[in-house]
Amino acid sequence: MMQRPISLACRSAAALSLLLPALAIAAPDLGATQKQPLNWHAIGMFFVFVLMTLGITYWAAGRSKSASDFYTAGGGITGKQNGLAIAGDFMSAATLLGLTAMIYGDGVDGYIYMVAFFVGWPIILFLMAERLRNLGKFTFADITAYRLSQGPVRTMAAVSSLTVVCFYLVAQMVGAGQLIKLLFGLDYNVALVVVGVLMMVYVIFGGMVATTWVQIIKACMLLAGGTAIMLLAFSQFGFSLDTLLTKTMEVHKLGANMLSPGKLLADPVTALSMGLGLMFGIAGLPHILMRFFTVTNAQEARKSVFYASGIIAFFFNVIAIMGLCAIVLVGTNPDFFEGGVVGGKLIGGGNMVALHLAKAAGGNLLLGFLSAVAFATILAVVAGLALAGASAISHDLYARVIMKGQASEAKEIRVSKMATLGLGVVAVLLGMAFEKMNVAFMVALAFGVASCANFPVLLMSMYWKGLTTRGALVGGYTGLISSVLFVLFSKSVWVDVLGNKAALFPYTQPALFAMPLAFLAIYVFSRLDSSAQADKERAAFDDQYVRAQTGVGAASAAAH
Amino acid sequence: MSNPLYENIKRDPRYAQLVRERARFATTLALLVIAVFFGFVLLVAFQPQVIALRLFEGSNLTLGIALGFTQFVFFCALTWVYVRRANSDFDARNAQIVADAMRKTA
Repeated sequence: MMQRPISLACRSAAALSLLLPALAIAAPDLGATQKQPLNWHAIGMFFVFVLMTLGITYWAAGRSKSASDFYTAGGGITGKQNGLAIAGDFMSAATLLGLTAMIYGDGVDGYIYMVAFFVGWPIILFLMAERLRNLGKFTFADITAYRLSQGPVRTMAAVSSLTVVCFYLVAQMVGAGQLIKLLFGLDYNVALVVVGVLMMVYVIFGGMVATTWVQIIKACMLLAGGTAIMLLAFSQFGFSLDTLLTKTMEVHKLGANMLSPGKLLADPVTALSMGLGLMFGIAGLPHILMRFFTVTNAQEARKSVFYASGIIAFFFNVIAIMGLCAIVLVGTNPDFFEGGVVGGKLIGGGNMVALHLAKAAGGNLLLGFLSAVAFATILAVVAGLALAGASAISHDLYARVIMKGQASEAKEIRVSKMATLGLGVVAVLLGMAFEKMNVAFMVALAFGVASCANFPVLLMSMYWKGLTTRGALVGGYTGLISSVLFVLFSKSVWVDVLGNKAALFPYTQPALFAMPLAFLAIYVFSRLDSSAQADKERAAFDDQYVRAQTGVGAASAAAH
Repeated sequence: MSNPLYENIKRDPRYAQLVRERARFATTLALLVIAVFFGFVLLVAFQPQVIALRLFEGSNLTLGIALGFTQFVFFCALTWVYVRRANSDFDARNAQIVADAMRKTA
């Protein structure tokens, strides 16, 4: 488990990096992993997954002709499919491994955190889902730039989208390399190249159709694998939660205290800031927002959040039981500890709890399956990220800002594919460069920018008539710059990466501070804007509002 | 899309009614989620011992676990409630308003 003698705030930060819904596990535990012997079960099963997804990519390539096919699967994804894909984006390798480890280490604290990670979804449904679908087309900048000045607003949206995508992608890559080295026994650099190449193939040839289906298949595998492990493990306790809890209390180092809230919530400011960042960060992540444009209409958009919420809620509870079972089945078995010392360091580090449990409950076959699922999860998430980043470059920057809407569709798609290639290469190279570094800050940065730059502008553009170009720009850049600076001056970069003595900013999470700043800037600078342009933009809100409410004029599925 | 169509939609009193009702419905549900969740967080922060209270004598099932699980179920139920009403009642009325406005505009 995580090292004991570190400060509370630091623990919360470590917990955050474990929990963020993507592969943030490049953090301390995995940093020093040993390369394992080749795991043939896992490699075999992963090979089957790759063949399947390449088959899908081939099939998808035949149906990805137009820009709309490429960016949003022609708007032809159903609510159920999209719900699975959204859940897949959200339930990454880090969610599975990190949350299991958290329950294993801290008991009920982990469950409280799960509720916090889940609660954003109903809010997104009630406040955003249908407006996103009715106003958006390919990227979320379609919404923010709807009635504002196209050039500068799209540039800003693209800059912050790319910031989010790049940091997130690199964090994923580093985590992926470490995890794959550990699970499959592949060399770190080889693992990175495999991930990078497969990601580029999915996106370049199959566009959103392939990306969505890869995500759907992976989500199903994850659900099946997780549920199987949970059932096998839980059966050893007669499927009685009471029996399980009683046993865990007997063997857990916290004893009966594992049922009380503990250290993770000891620092309310960090907890609150992290909660805000997560809740609204999701609503500002370009690859998640893009999913809302892949469905036929607002009805399907709503349904997709309903399905996603159900799946996520189910899976979080599965993970909770897995974590509890692991306390007994993994925590008391010397085979899983270095040197066979029960209570010492887990082989492979704290994030390996779920995988050890797979082995304890289902043997090598299930361990291989879960390892393959973890690899698949990484691939699916990076593919979605790359596509979102490429769209920001081709649809926003190239087609709208540089070519002012005069680019041909074929040219725009070509730029998008080139952008994917570029992003893939950059991600692999940066991944290699950051191999030995703690990249937890990159995830904090991605979520910080998503919640403090993307989300406030997006929300205000949908809800507030008074928003003007000037307000959106000042607010968006305020959120972007302040969240980046807060992270830069926090312990995770200023001390851990740059090697300074003390952090200039005492918290690791920027959302609680940078988000209000962004909203304030949007409000003040919109209010102060008395240009003729601003009046026109405010007047244009009424029509936008009608479209948001009724869906009249919304980008339609497939047929144009 | 033409502006006159939007104008006709805006002129329809049923449109204003629909927008108001839907906004009230969505806001109520969102506030309910926020109230329940932050109520729970405050309980955890200020009355942590309550979280570990046992539900039954001799059992180790706690109030905290029950409250957490209830929230998962409750929030999912709320999404279902919203989707059901929005996709039937609201959307039917919306379609009617749009269809009428289109006829008037044509």
